[in-house]
Amino acid sequence: MTTTTPGPRALRGAVGTAHTRVEGRDKVTGAARYAGEIPFAELAHGWLVLSTVTRGSIRTIDTAPVLGMPGVLTVLHHGNAPRLHTDYIGMLGTPPDPASAVFQDDRVPFAGWPVALVVAETPEQAREAAEALVVMYDEEPHDTVLVADDPAAYAAAGHMPAETGKGDLEAELAASAVVLDEEYTTPEEQHSMMEPHAATARWDGGRLEVVDSNQGTTWVQSELATMFSLDASSVRVRSEHIGGGFGSKGLRAHQVSAVMAATALHRPVRVVMTRRQTFSLAGYRSPTTQRVRLGADPDGRLRALEHRSLNQTSTVYEFVEPSAGVARVMYDADAHRTANRVVRLDVPSPTWMRAPGEAPGSFAIEAALDELAERTGLDPIELRLRNEPDAGPVSGLPFSSRNLAACFREGARRFGWADRDPRPGVRREGRRLLGTGTAAASFGAGAGPSTALVTAEADGSFTVRIAAADIGTGARTALTLIAADALETVPERVRVRIGDSDFGPAMIAGGSMGTRSWAWAITAAAAELRERLAVTRTIPPEGITVRSDTTEALRALAQKERHSFGAQFAEVAVDVDTGEVRVLRMLGIFAAGRIVNPLTARNQLVGGMTWGISMALHEEAVRDRNTGRHYAPDLAGYHVATHADVPAVEADWVDDHDPDDPVGIKGVGEIGIVGAAAAVANAVWHATGVRHRNLPIRPDRILAASASASASASDRAGTGTAPADGGSADA
Amino acid sequence: MAPAPASTTSPITLHINDEKHHLSVDHRTTLLDALRERLDLTGTKKGCDQGQCGACTVLLDRRRVVSCLTLAVAAEGREITTIEGIADGDDLHPVQQAFLDLDGYQCGYCTPGQICSAIAVIEEHAAGWPSAVTDDVRPETPPLPLTPDEIRERMSGNLCRCGAYVSIVQAVARGAEAHEEARTAAVEEAAA
Repeated sequence: MTTTTPGPRALRGAVGTAHTRVEGRDKVTGAARYAGEIPFAELAHGWLVLSTVTRGSIRTIDTAPVLGMPGVLTVLHHGNAPRLHTDYIGMLGTPPDPASAVFQDDRVPFAGWPVALVVAETPEQAREAAEALVVMYDEEPHDTVLVADDPAAYAAAGHMPAETGKGDLEAELAASAVVLDEEYTTPEEQHSMMEPHAATARWDGGRLEVVDSNQGTTWVQSELATMFSLDASSVRVRSEHIGGGFGSKGLRAHQVSAVMAATALHRPVRVVMTRRQTFSLAGYRSPTTQRVRLGADPDGRLRALEHRSLNQTSTVYEFVEPSAGVARVMYDADAHRTANRVVRLDVPSPTWMRAPGEAPGSFAIEAALDELAERTGLDPIELRLRNEPDAGPVSGLPFSSRNLAACFREGARRFGWADRDPRPGVRREGRRLLGTGTAAASFGAGAGPSTALVTAEADGSFTVRIAAADIGTGARTALTLIAADALETVPERVRVRIGDSDFGPAMIAGGSMGTRSWAWAITAAAAELRERLAVTRTIPPEGITVRSDTTEALRALAQKERHSFGAQFAEVAVDVDTGEVRVLRMLGIFAAGRIVNPLTARNQLVGGMTWGISMALHEEAVRDRNTGRHYAPDLAGYHVATHADVPAVEADWVDDHDPDDPVGIKGVGEIGIVGAAAAVANAVWHATGVRHRNLPIRPDRILAASASASASASDRAGTGTAPADGGSADA
Repeated sequence: MAPAPASTTSPITLHINDEKHHLSVDHRTTLLDALRERLDLTGTKKGCDQGQCGACTVLLDRRRVVSCLTLAVAAEGREITTIEGIADGDDLHPVQQAFLDLDGYQCGYCTPGQICSAIAVIEEHAAGWPSAVTDDVRPETPPLPLTPDEIRERMSGNLCRCGAYVSIVQAVARGAEAHEEARTAAVEEAAA
């Protein structure tokens, strides 16, 4: 069922029908230029030098020999870099990460901390000099290991309350017929966007211009202006094409060091991170250790729910991966407690990564629900439907729309769920065990204040200018369709220009809020422009421009629980000899508001689900506790799903209409990954009878769990008790 | 008399997209950097610079290579095709058209490498080269269909972090069909 939801206004036909990307031709011919590809005269090349120790301080930096090398122009470090203003709260409500405010002191808080920038005439010269630069450190002992019971852990808020609670948890657990108490872990995960961070900075007639690859030009502009104590109007940031972001492309060391170097040298300077540098400089998803306790009546109704999550952060920056937040939306219980906690370690600063909180949190809670289904003898979908809340479990607010049940019904029908034998470990084909699993998904539908400029041109066409970012989402195309309908014209007559901070403040491409936020601003400006045009006889040569600002409209929106929902289904094959898990097929059915462009929306949802496969089976950045550094920080050592790992993955949607929302868009960038790893893990249990609570589900974990299950089965067989299931994998 | 220090640069001529380019390169310069930094052919992308992601894939004498692990000086005398040389003027190559029509990308950064790789995959398959998932590898076996599994296996050197694999595979399959139709038409024309 492919359906589109009509908006609250009578719209014309662009929104809801498939359109190829407006910049598609440029992308398939190589004409689309990304940040590191725009030519500048007199361009110099900067190469970052990162710390080789994990904790300590810089004793000396021996710049003299390097400054004598061919082509070297300067070496910036804490001894000569300008002082930055870092005591501020930025546009998104967060302080700057000190790892981005480079070269301010001699401290080294983690391995891969930026200690210097070598600038030279060519990239080869800069790289050679950077590798030749001798930095001496006073090294100190470090601790980089996240453990569940670290006494230094503390509750931390981030972008949601740290803790919530109601009811008497212990009493409800004691009164429950079925109780579950399990720990789930997820590893460090790296964004691994295909384009490493790149920026070129230059001074142009008294204005600082930065050509960058980021998720929000006014965001980076405002941060740079504050940090360098510049008037915001004297800083311009452009970001036309972005080779993926997933949360990592905000203010980073490359822009700040490029601005410092361009200022010192009075010429344009480009700084591009290497792939390996992105592992410590570009943020990452913290590993999590999560404990879930559930108590239920025999009919599956939840009496008690507790979800506690712990993640690591650096010693210089607090970032919360709010994994326990997902339970605040998904499931109610008489006693309901959630807590997000962090511990500071000598590790790089984590940051937002596709569905921060929801991705690891949904793995834990949705795997736990599957275990509860097994223990209560209920179908996993039926268990979830019996626990559908009428209102926000924590907030008590009504849901603007909650079509999770519709997703499960449609998904179950298309996936063939009714034919599933619920017993684990009973489907075998040769040396492969087959199984299916499901999980629920949710992701918040928020919006951020945005401004847009819409111009009626004298030739009858329209130009939209908004500091939006298209990081691969198809935003440029979606906004073209939105504008066309709002202006009652055809997409061919609308030109959407994005990625330029000169267009005014706008929400970033993040939190699945971009398209919703920008569409809101564009429709508001377009509506006013149409009113103006209705009383205008002729359009002057410069056109007629209307500017909108959604700040007030956002404040006026009724307080409700606003989320996308989804039902994930996976079928896997587990090779009992090699331990390899292959996903055979996946289906995701989503309720994600109004779908603007089915072609690109489906691609994004499938992309999120592909991340789920990758998260379940492949991704794991491993840190050596002795050195404090990563093993193999590259795309050979850090596995992301490739073509051969991704089978038939299908995404579709059900009607999801929010009557009081002026745009009705919820965003599709993140919901696809939520619950996807849990669906795969639940399918692995169904295939093998063994629970895997630690991601990724590597072949060695499958084999070790299988060996331990056989051993315990033979033990129990020896004492005359047959196992109900194969046990669990705790390694 | 001590020997003169060896020069670290050399003048070379690169044949790229049917054009000759004369340039002097640092011997350490990779083909990828020569394209991007010296010749303003920035369609070829740098994703990892160490041969792990496939974003820098170009065709060297019609075979796919990762240009980040190819020195520019070693590419002299070879026929280099980059993404800028794939289309026929304004007419997109069938593989490019299929990527556009089927949304075989998202951010677009891996796309030039995927397209170059796909064009080589189609030729390799048509030439009877087996892959790890080819069941029957006997030389006398006629070419087997380029199935989705074959495409996935053969394209696995090209990462797409956006996760657009499903539509990329569809695009490669459609590009292969168009290639086969064009080949059949050419054969028929030659026979007529």
